[in-house]
Amino acid sequence: MTGAAEDAVDVIVVGAGPAGIACAFRLARAGRTVVLVERGTSAGSKNVSGGRLYTYALEAVEAGLAAQAPWERSVVREQVMVMDGERSLTVSLAGGPASTPGLPTSVTVLRARFDEWFAGKAEEAGALLATGIMVDSLIEEGGRIVGIRAGGEEMRAGVVVAADGVSSVLARAAGLVGELSAEAVGVGVKEVIALDASVIEDRFAVGQGEGAATLMLGCTDGVHGGGFLYTNAASVSLGVVASPAGLSGSGRTVHEMLQALKGHPGVRPLIAGGHTLEYAAHLVREDGWRGVPRRLTREGFLVTGEAAGFVLNLGYTVRGMDLALLSGIAAAEAIVAGGDLEHAYRAALGRSGLSATMRAVRGYDDLLQIPRLYRMYPGLALDLAGSIFEVGPEVPRPVRRRVHAALRANHLPLRTVLRDGLVGVRSV
Amino acid sequence: MSTVERLTVPDLLGRNTYEVDEVEAHIAIDAAVCATCAEKPCISVCPAQLYAVAPDGVVTFDHAGCLECGTCRIVCVTGGIVRWTYPRGSYGVRYRQG
Ligand SMILES: Cc1cc2nc3c(=O)[nH]c(=O)nc-3n(C[C@H](O)[C@H](O)[C@H](O)COP(=O)(O)OP(=O)(O)OC[C@H]3O[C@@H](n4cnc5c(N)ncnc54)[C@H](O)[C@@H]3O)c2cc1C
Ligand code: SF4
Repeated sequence: MTGAAEDAVDVIVVGAGPAGIACAFRLARAGRTVVLVERGTSAGSKNVSGGRLYTYALEAVEAGLAAQAPWERSVVREQVMVMDGERSLTVSLAGGPASTPGLPTSVTVLRARFDEWFAGKAEEAGALLATGIMVDSLIEEGGRIVGIRAGGEEMRAGVVVAADGVSSVLARAAGLVGELSAEAVGVGVKEVIALDASVIEDRFAVGQGEGAATLMLGCTDGVHGGGFLYTNAASVSLGVVASPAGLSGSGRTVHEMLQALKGHPGVRPLIAGGHTLEYAAHLVREDGWRGVPRRLTREGFLVTGEAAGFVLNLGYTVRGMDLALLSGIAAAEAIVAGGDLEHAYRAALGRSGLSATMRAVRGYDDLLQIPRLYRMYPGLALDLAGSIFEVGPEVPRPVRRRVHAALRANHLPLRTVLRDGLVGVRSV
Repeated sequence: MSTVERLTVPDLLGRNTYEVDEVEAHIAIDAAVCATCAEKPCISVCPAQLYAVAPDGVVTFDHAGCLECGTCRIVCVTGGIVRWTYPRGSYGVRYRQG
């Protein structure tokens, strides 16, 4: 690395996650000189997700990429599991058309493998991948960002792209975002548990190469959050995400929630006999459109992916990787377009539908903020469902009485339920 | 039917691969500041259980098992975490699955 301006590249992209790789890939395709800097020894070695990727976004980077990607299984079964104590209620949805003919709508991925492959694609397109390098700070001259510092060395570029993920040190250093608040994120932990492929297919009732995505509610001890279970080729990814604000001082911990989830009667049979390969933790933004900063650029600088808040947690699915890909593409388009960077970036984000997608589900934040969602409603759902199957010598009570009893047992006044219901209706 | 074992956090960390930086700790605390913190949220939020209160009441921290999630940084309100960065390039946890 050098400080001489004549050796500067067109663009330095910091962070080889989906956002940074998509950006570098598209810039290289457009003939720009681009260096993709990653602190891990390989792309993906620092990255964690639950594991579901929507393929449309990979196709948006370049048609044909999704078919080459090293995904684990195609998701053909969508499940929501509501839990309370030892009980669980699962809704399982299978079948339905694919959004792109010949391609599954979504697939499961393991990031160490996926990101490394994807970064290799950016290299093939002409980007220079520099791994094992932690960017410490930005170089600023006359109000303009002109490069990066890493391990005492400097490197200059026309534009620096911060694709450094949820804790973005660079977007903060550039003054575009403030400190992350404990309310704006969830902390996720996950175990990857090895299981034979045929065992997975039997237990989740899927065919060869097919898999299930299961989201769980009611496994976080009343703390804002939930669980997930994704099937990989020869393992499953089981995890819990919970609000750090809710955990702080509560005496509850997210790793204990995960261990309890493994022993839950609704989950235990699905993972029985498995062997834990790895334990990971990562933050994920949960503040939706509200978390996207007002300005996404400075002169010579642009922020993209989760660093810019482009993630949606909808409760039944998390969309971080696909939005990261879309925003990375938009970042590249803005840089190629030239002129006013902020204006070009906003325009590209608009074209990709990303801004509209995030705004469209704004109400979901209000729904997911309802604290009763994490303890009382799971209890209510299970009491009601359970009462349907209750058979004994006594005469069954009328449904109305059962509903009232269930509401009372879960400390839920009817007007609270109606009010929450209204929030729910408004959110969709 | 065999069941998946309930694992302790040290057990879980033992499944991971690390390149521990023996020279430089990427996170540092000031135990004197931590002593003034009533809540000590770091202790319950760290998924690697790296923060602890020693029998003499002093907060301790060990950077070796860090999962680099960043949760401690955002819950630390008292300012006891005086340094939080990622490990130097190529050090730290190395996820093989992710
Ligand atoms: C538990 C959990 C479950 C999730 N489940 C899903 C899911 O099922 N589906 C989904 O779509 N999304 C999911 N997400 C969200 C998704 O993982 C992220 O939103 C997505 O990875 C963001 O992509 P990115 O490229 O913006 O950032 P990242 O993928 O975080 O990539 C950032 C990169 O920058 C590097 N980096 C950071 N700082 C520096 C630096 N200073 N110098 C050099 N390199 C640096 C990092 O090592 C990393 O490679 C989940 C997240 C979590 C935590
Ligand atoms: S970054 Fe995460 S794993 Fe590391 S010490 Fe902080 S909370 Fe614990």
